[in-house]
Amino acid sequence: MPVFDLSITPLRELNGALHGLGPGTNDTAFEVINPRGHHAVAVGIDSPVTVEVRGSVGYYCAGMNDGGTVTIHGSAGPGVAENMMSGTVIIEGDASQYAGATGRGGLLVIKGNAASRCGISMKGIDIVVHGSIGHMSAFMGQSGHLVVCGDAGEALGDSLYEAKLFVRGSVKSLGTDCVEKQMRPKHLKKLAELLEKAGVTDAKPEEFRRYGSARKLYNFHIDNADAY
Amino acid sequence: MCGIVGLFLKDRSLEPRLGDLLSDMLITMTDRGPDSAGLAIYGGAPAGRAKITVQSAQPEEDFEGLADALSEEGVEASVSRKSTHAVIELDARVLEGARAALAVIRPNLRVMGAGERVEIFKEVGLPKDVVTRFGIRAMAGTHGIGHTRMATESAVTTLGAHPFSTGADQCLVHNGSLSNHNNLRRSLIRAGMRFETENDSEVAAAYLTAEMEKGKDLGEALGSALSDLDGFFTFVVGTKTGFGVLRDPIACKPAVMAETERYVAFGSEYRALVNLPGIEEARIWEPEPATVYFWDHEKAA
Repeated sequence: MPVFDLSITPLRELNGALHGLGPGTNDTAFEVINPRGHHAVAVGIDSPVTVEVRGSVGYYCAGMNDGGTVTIHGSAGPGVAENMMSGTVIIEGDASQYAGATGRGGLLVIKGNAASRCGISMKGIDIVVHGSIGHMSAFMGQSGHLVVCGDAGEALGDSLYEAKLFVRGSVKSLGTDCVEKQMRPKHLKKLAELLEKAGVTDAKPEEFRRYGSARKLYNFHIDNADAY
Repeated sequence: MCGIVGLFLKDRSLEPRLGDLLSDMLITMTDRGPDSAGLAIYGGAPAGRAKITVQSAQPEEDFEGLADALSEEGVEASVSRKSTHAVIELDARVLEGARAALAVIRPNLRVMGAGERVEIFKEVGLPKDVVTRFGIRAMAGTHGIGHTRMATESAVTTLGAHPFSTGADQCLVHNGSLSNHNNLRRSLIRAGMRFETENDSEVAAAYLTAEMEKGKDLGEALGSALSDLDGFFTFVVGTKTGFGVLRDPIACKPAVMAETERYVAFGSEYRALVNLPGIEEARIWEPEPATVYFWDHEKAA
């Protein structure tokens, strides 16, 4: 199992080793020690490896992940799992702003809290936050699911397209064109599946409320033609 | 971008290491802004004494014979030169008189800061060079703040570097940019505040000074800033005994804080905090948007 100590090894050696893995390699379990808030740890993974990061990281950890499983045993700085394509990123601590931004697939699990703009412009990623999230989360979210076991900050789902939002606690305010929607059996089923995948054991799907787009903002509406 | 750091010590046994710890924190933030760097250190102050930190573009000429020249004006002071800066130590009662005398006998000197405890050093260049030039590592103190700048709102000059000090023992560092600083500067000038630069952050510093002159404490002044300052900001502010942090409601500009029994620390990024003693056991969090945080040695005592 390759171990990279970032207090003595340059970051590029880690990321280069991850990018250089060929098909059928046996080196599929990486460990990173002493990350000390480094930026861009384990970005651009494109094979089904696991990376255990022992400590807290800075900006853009596990960005663009495509098929890897990255676990951060600490907290993550801004933009963790940004533009994830597939795979899993788990943060044992808290995440800073814009976690999972623009993500197209995969699962992001934040066991602590996430700061502002969590899931901004999400495009298919599933994000499960065990704690609470900050303001402007899921801004312009296009598809995918954002599940929040705690509370949501101001302007949740502003200018939302078709991302589906589930919040168990309070929502400080909903953004423009974001409304509460009825929870149907198919939503409860999906929610149960996501909670299980994310290791949430103390919350039931029935305790959540669902929010989505009112679809009044993103379609051109003929009645508004005079306004342009 | 800019990088800012701050350290407020609760454990007095750490005081000899303040300059060293703060230097490492600031140097780690170098890649957030390489234009200029500065630090404010709040050191011990013998009762009744005060100090003025001055800067000169011609330090050889301006600092030569400065103590004697002040003495001729009736101000007994000691002058210790550090590169382009000098710290003038004197009786606190003659502080204002000394500043007036300096303006006459050395019109090219710029006052970086003044008060009972603060010393401010700032220059164009990288944090590691600024730290070495002014011997920051050897400085002891109770709290301090630092800044490394990526300039946006005004020129890359010594005076445009942070921290900005606009009142006795007060200083401010800023990551962000203000959009209503010109209007606010005009109102503050009418209210009697003096400005050295066209910089937006100096306006924030002067605003807080003006609010505290109205009788507010640092926490209350920061609270008012939320309604009166428009723009992006993460501020770290120092006063004689206090240390405050404020982020605007949008909170784009990064901030991480750590607190232990021994200190409260601030960094633009977690990287800045990783060498602090006991960081593994610290409570680490991101300050909330539009929320005032402040600590005060006198109020805690």
